[in-house]
Amino acid sequence: MVTLDHYLILSALLFAIGTVGVFLRRNIITLLLSVEIMLNAVNLTFVAVGRYLGSVDGQIIVFFVMTVAAAEAAVGLALVIAIFRHGETLSPDAFTSLKW
Amino acid sequence: MLTDFQAIMPILIVTLSAIVTMVAEAFQPKQERAPLAGFGVIGLIGAAAASVLLWGYDKTGFGVVRADNFSLFVNLIVIAVGLLTILFSPQVIERERIPPGEYYALTLFAVVGMMLMAAATDLLLLFLALEVLSLAVYVLTGIRRAQFQSAEAAFKYFLLGAFSSAFFLYGVALTYAIVGSTRLEEIAATLAVSDQAPDGLVLVAMGLLAVGFAFKISAVPFHMWAPDAYQGAPTLVTGFMATGVKAAAFAAFLRVFLSSFHTLHDSWAPMLWLVAVATMILGTVVGVVQANAKRMLAYSSVAHAGYLLVGLIVGTRVGEAATLFYLAAYAVSTLGAFAVVAVLATEEHPHDRVQDFAGLWESRPGLAALMTVFLLSLGGFPPLAGFVGKWYIFSAAIDAGYVWLAIVGVLTSVISVFFYLRIVVMMYMSDERALVPTPAITRSAVAGLTLALVAVFYLGLLPTHAIELALTSVQGMF
Repeated sequence: MVTLDHYLILSALLFAIGTVGVFLRRNIITLLLSVEIMLNAVNLTFVAVGRYLGSVDGQIIVFFVMTVAAAEAAVGLALVIAIFRHGETLSPDAFTSLKW
Repeated sequence: MLTDFQAIMPILIVTLSAIVTMVAEAFQPKQERAPLAGFGVIGLIGAAAASVLLWGYDKTGFGVVRADNFSLFVNLIVIAVGLLTILFSPQVIERERIPPGEYYALTLFAVVGMMLMAAATDLLLLFLALEVLSLAVYVLTGIRRAQFQSAEAAFKYFLLGAFSSAFFLYGVALTYAIVGSTRLEEIAATLAVSDQAPDGLVLVAMGLLAVGFAFKISAVPFHMWAPDAYQGAPTLVTGFMATGVKAAAFAAFLRVFLSSFHTLHDSWAPMLWLVAVATMILGTVVGVVQANAKRMLAYSSVAHAGYLLVGLIVGTRVGEAATLFYLAAYAVSTLGAFAVVAVLATEEHPHDRVQDFAGLWESRPGLAALMTVFLLSLGGFPPLAGFVGKWYIFSAAIDAGYVWLAIVGVLTSVISVFFYLRIVVMMYMSDERALVPTPAITRSAVAGLTLALVAVFYLGLLPTHAIELALTSVQGMF
């Protein structure tokens, strides 16, 4: 029997994987993917809770979040292209022009 | 139905002007410039007028937007921020070859997101407003595509911004799991009836929401993006995001934590107490050693986030009003300071190091005097706006028994005076002369600087009216 708790734990795990990915990965595309995993982990929570509560709100919210994630991905990839044009690299280690 | 649209009228007007700006650039004939900035100014003035007309009516739109005095007050602050930014912009757009239509449209869309953020009474709408605002500001940060610095700043800001909104959204999801709704008033009602100690999940949800807000207001330890993003962005965009984004995020922070989670004040106040102290100390101490004026102002804005947090932690009516007043005072002073840095720059020379200001009093006495006023206001010198803001917020803290918070605040303000004065001393007393070209300043920038100057003196010398306005705007909202 799969209960709400299973879904909540799964989404918490996914969220944690995404968070760790942002800190550990050394490729800016993978960083973007990690953020997407975080957002989709949250989506899973919304859908599971919506079903558990018997309301459609959770599913509707997911559509909003997906739209926002798509807009975010568009901006993010545009910025990746802008960065790649300068250094021909996707490593965040190339970010050296701003330091204190 | 009519009430619904009345409630969102200011937001609608600015949205419309943003769309007009965007379309006008696409359809303008060649060799002819559409008055793009003019559309923005008209829209913002219209929105300000609509906000004034709505004052006191407390209209609710579609069940999720509340045009109460609180959101209208914040509207006026962000409209002023948008208006000043647009007034300063023409010279910068010309110099940096920024596409004007995109620039103005994005600025206006960001203002829309800010206004919506202050008015939203539903966590989902709040998230959407946050994203409208953030996406516009990410693009504005990286709008000088040809410069690596700008792209790097935009990407750092984008990555940490998206990261933090995921945290915020997770907080929304957990709140939805506990309450079964994302409406602020239903969250407040559910939390108010459970009289036993709050269970772990509520605290986790609240913590995640707080992390999301803390990123946006650049509070320690979530401030890492701020110095880089502020330094790499075009200077006017920096001023815009240091003031407008912070004002909107604080408005939403106040509304969520003092309406929905007010019953849990004892749980979140100690946590934010630590954050506020760390923010004030780190912003000030690291600000002292900066050699770049924009970076120094970035750390100053981190420190100011700490002072503003004091008003939230206090959580009394006076504390809330003090936060609103402080936001206004901080906004005009910071925008003014960034505008001076922006108008002094030329294409070859960004003019953003502290030593670039050497001898400015000789070459540009007017601008040097303006910069002095804005910096002293940020440092909290009487009789300027920043002094009244600080005095009001710290006295609210002492009245509510947060004496240590006030002491740390006063001490860090004293230290912060040191780095503001560094630039002032550079301008007046340095024997060196920075060999910098002196670009011509457009009339609109002069008008904007004059407005900011008048506002700094008005809020400093005659604060009673603005304070009363702030007090009425927080009455009966939470």
